[in-house]
Amino acid sequence: MSESKLKPEELAETIKYKTPNRNWMDQKVEMKPGRFSHSGVPKSVEYLQLPNPRKWQPTDPDWQLPENWKEIILEGLRDRLNRFRSLRVFMDICVRCGACADKCHYFIGSGDPKNMPVMRAELLRSVYRHDFTLAGKILGKFAGARELTIDVLKEWFYYFYQCTQCRRCSVFCPYGIDTAEITLLVRELMNLVGVNIDWIVTPVANSFRTGNHLGIQPHGFKDSIDFAVDELESITGIKVEAPINKKGAEILFITPSADYFGTPHYYTLLGYLALFHEIGLDYTWSTYASEGGNFGSFISHDLMKSLNAKMYAEAKRLGVKWILGGECGHMWRIVHQYMDTLNGPADFLEEPVSPVTGTKFENTTSTKMVHICEFTADLIKNGKITLDKSRNDNWKVTFHDSCNPARALGLIEEPRYIIKNACNHFYEMPENTIKEQTFCCGSGAGLGTDENLEMRMRGGMPRANAVKYVKEKHGVNYLGCICAIDKATLPPLMEYWVGGVEVGGVHELVGNALVMKGEKERTTNLRGEPLDGKME
Amino acid sequence: MILLLPFLAILVIIVVALFGAAVPGLDFLFGVVFPYAAITVFLLGIIYRVLKWARSPVPFHIPTVTGQQKSLSWIKSSKIDSPHSSPGVVGRMAMEILLFRSLFRNTKMEMKSGPKLVYGSSKYLWLGAIVFHYSMLVIVLRHLRLFMQPIPQFVLALQNVDGFFQVGLPGIYVTDGLIVAALLFLFLRRLYDSRLRYISLASDYFPLLLILSIAVTGILMRYFLRVDIVSVKELAIGLFTFHPFIPRDVGVLFYAHLFLVCVLLAYFPFSKLMHMPGIFLSPTRNLANNSRMKRHVNPWNHPVRVHTYEEYEDEFRDRMKAAGLPLDKE
Ligand code: HEM
Ligand code: SF4
Ligand code: SF4
Repeated sequence: MSESKLKPEELAETIKYKTPNRNWMDQKVEMKPGRFSHSGVPKSVEYLQLPNPRKWQPTDPDWQLPENWKEIILEGLRDRLNRFRSLRVFMDICVRCGACADKCHYFIGSGDPKNMPVMRAELLRSVYRHDFTLAGKILGKFAGARELTIDVLKEWFYYFYQCTQCRRCSVFCPYGIDTAEITLLVRELMNLVGVNIDWIVTPVANSFRTGNHLGIQPHGFKDSIDFAVDELESITGIKVEAPINKKGAEILFITPSADYFGTPHYYTLLGYLALFHEIGLDYTWSTYASEGGNFGSFISHDLMKSLNAKMYAEAKRLGVKWILGGECGHMWRIVHQYMDTLNGPADFLEEPVSPVTGTKFENTTSTKMVHICEFTADLIKNGKITLDKSRNDNWKVTFHDSCNPARALGLIEEPRYIIKNACNHFYEMPENTIKEQTFCCGSGAGLGTDENLEMRMRGGMPRANAVKYVKEKHGVNYLGCICAIDKATLPPLMEYWVGGVEVGGVHELVGNALVMKGEKERTTNLRGEPLDGKME
Repeated sequence: MILLLPFLAILVIIVVALFGAAVPGLDFLFGVVFPYAAITVFLLGIIYRVLKWARSPVPFHIPTVTGQQKSLSWIKSSKIDSPHSSPGVVGRMAMEILLFRSLFRNTKMEMKSGPKLVYGSSKYLWLGAIVFHYSMLVIVLRHLRLFMQPIPQFVLALQNVDGFFQVGLPGIYVTDGLIVAALLFLFLRRLYDSRLRYISLASDYFPLLLILSIAVTGILMRYFLRVDIVSVKELAIGLFTFHPFIPRDVGVLFYAHLFLVCVLLAYFPFSKLMHMPGIFLSPTRNLANNSRMKRHVNPWNHPVRVHTYEEYEDEFRDRMKAAGLPLDKE
């Protein structure tokens, strides 16, 4: 991690945005420390029955690939071209107009020209042309074609693990070419020969076995929830119920596992518990489906399906009417755009209706899973909960749209409506950095590892920069978000680039402001910090 | 080399065309055979490519959404940027195809000291692209006057609008100037913007140069080295009505122009110019944002290995029991 020891200003100075004058194909990849992650450990790879488990590292000269690795990948590519129209069309129609070039946070933060989304895609497209198009076969390099070699594979590994599948590039592309789709498919291809990273395969293996990516077993899950219940009691004086694996509950609640083990996620968990108690929700947690996040979706459609299957399976087993989902980014992309297709139809569930307001969630009639922000916004609108905004007066809040809720769902106004009703001070970041144009935290899609820290700080720079702007202008000290990866990775990012800004969920703010029947006078917020007076 | 090759290719094409026009007896080849062949390759090629795309299914419902979803009744949803119904999708696609909506959103990022990132609006590419494409469209439509007798009303109208700067004879068409300017802009942009130079392939310069050569030869014919328009029209109508006919003295330049067009037509299906049909099939743009309202079916949705609840409970039963969690099997 050589360069990450750099001070922020020093790191910024290393970003040059200079493109070499040479043909990009002539430049071999140079794996810079701090910009890639460790490879998958054999134990996890074996457990998942994935190909080629072995001990290796990306910096090894010999990657110990199967002898016919090239055929495997090309055959895999052929197969995917036949299964994904997206891939076929995206391979053929890019005009290299460059509109996407400076839209990627990794390009902005590294200046590495191969981090321009168009170039990332060209890394695959060049191989596609070589083996699947007439022009490429005849004209070779002049048609932008090149053979798949071990150096190309190494380049793939480096750059396709420098993409967080955030889809910001796709917003600006005149044809909507979605590099995230290409990245996912290339990761699938690499996985066919055992090229992957550990912070994907191990969490996937954990999720497969225990239901959550941290590998927490059922009793650990229960301890954690019980602990949260006690903690909430000490803050509010109310002992809430938190049923687990309860058959016949009306609603199954699923949230990322970091919510009950990570900080600052935990305060959002307290917010959920308080809210559900206050409205008297008949719901249950599940230990089997104790993970909303889906690390499988970072590496293959099959593993995505395999992990996602638990949600419907558990809903069916417990006999609930519908599913409510907590604050998470990519989980919501999978739920919104994939779950029904992969593991539906959910004909054993009912069309979601809020038991408190009677509102029918018209937008979820098929998938039958409601986003917590949709649910809470509806509660507020119908006056079913009382929020004392002043309890959040310590916070000057801004909101970071997580990539997936913004660009896959269009969940934009719901969280804002909640925030505005839960606190007095809310400030938007500049227009080009929020809503559908939001910038990634820089650590999504499995890239949130320590060894990749420098790249994360680089990729997170555009987000951090926008936060810094509202901090300087309005004194913002709370970066709200609705994603577990955000909550885990934005704090170090803020510390590095900004300083003095806490990260927290939207439902933490709700939990702070929520006036509960029979509660004692609150003296602290959910973080245990005193309510009166300003934070330093 | 990346730049030299397209230049050479264009040069060769022009030389071949001039040769064809100069050598007696080859005019049938260049005036009739090549145009028919080119149009056949163009049509069949496009059909072939589009069918090939269409044969691959759309397994997942993956629109890239750029506005508020339709959720609660009191939240205003964005009907075009986040369409939840077919009319919305049609609207969105129309905005993309007719107005290059996404390109219009373009910004330019700059890093100031601090570091401080600023994003300015950047519409030059959009403007260049719109000017080029619409000029091209108008020019293509104007050409219909050569193929049809009587000339359709809308072509005459178009001609009038386009030629409203009537300065002497022949009238000057605005689009003639615009297309050349736009093509030069698009070309120079690739040359002088180091980022674009880096990503550009020979196959990015070639179509620009090819279309530029077509435009320039056309302009030369119209304004400077006049060709016999009556003969040209005879040839065009002959082609159009499948009664090919080679009039005499059409002019060398005309053959160069025609041959370049033939090359463009034949090249089209094998190149990035396929973005024209492609944009209609892009799954991030042509699907409605109604993923949770309507189930999308994946034709190859194959089964995968799953870890069932039974297996899970078998593995953790003792601990679940000790923790007082309910069990399916005691
Ligand atoms: C549905 C019809 C079409 C749409 C929506 C469309 C859209 C676009 C867009 C958005 C761009 C990117 C901006 C740019 O680089 O200029 C582009 C580029 C381009 N288009 Fe089209 N196009 C269409 C049809 C055509 C046709 C029929 C041709 C010519 C035969 C054509 C030739 C080109 C060329 C050569 C470029 C690349 C420009 C460059 O290299 O800078 N397009 N098109
Ligand atoms: S914006 Fe789209 S068409 Fe333009 S270079 Fe990027 S991916 Fe290609
Ligand atoms: S999906 Fe995001 S990270 Fe990946 S290339 Fe596009 S902008 Fe960059």
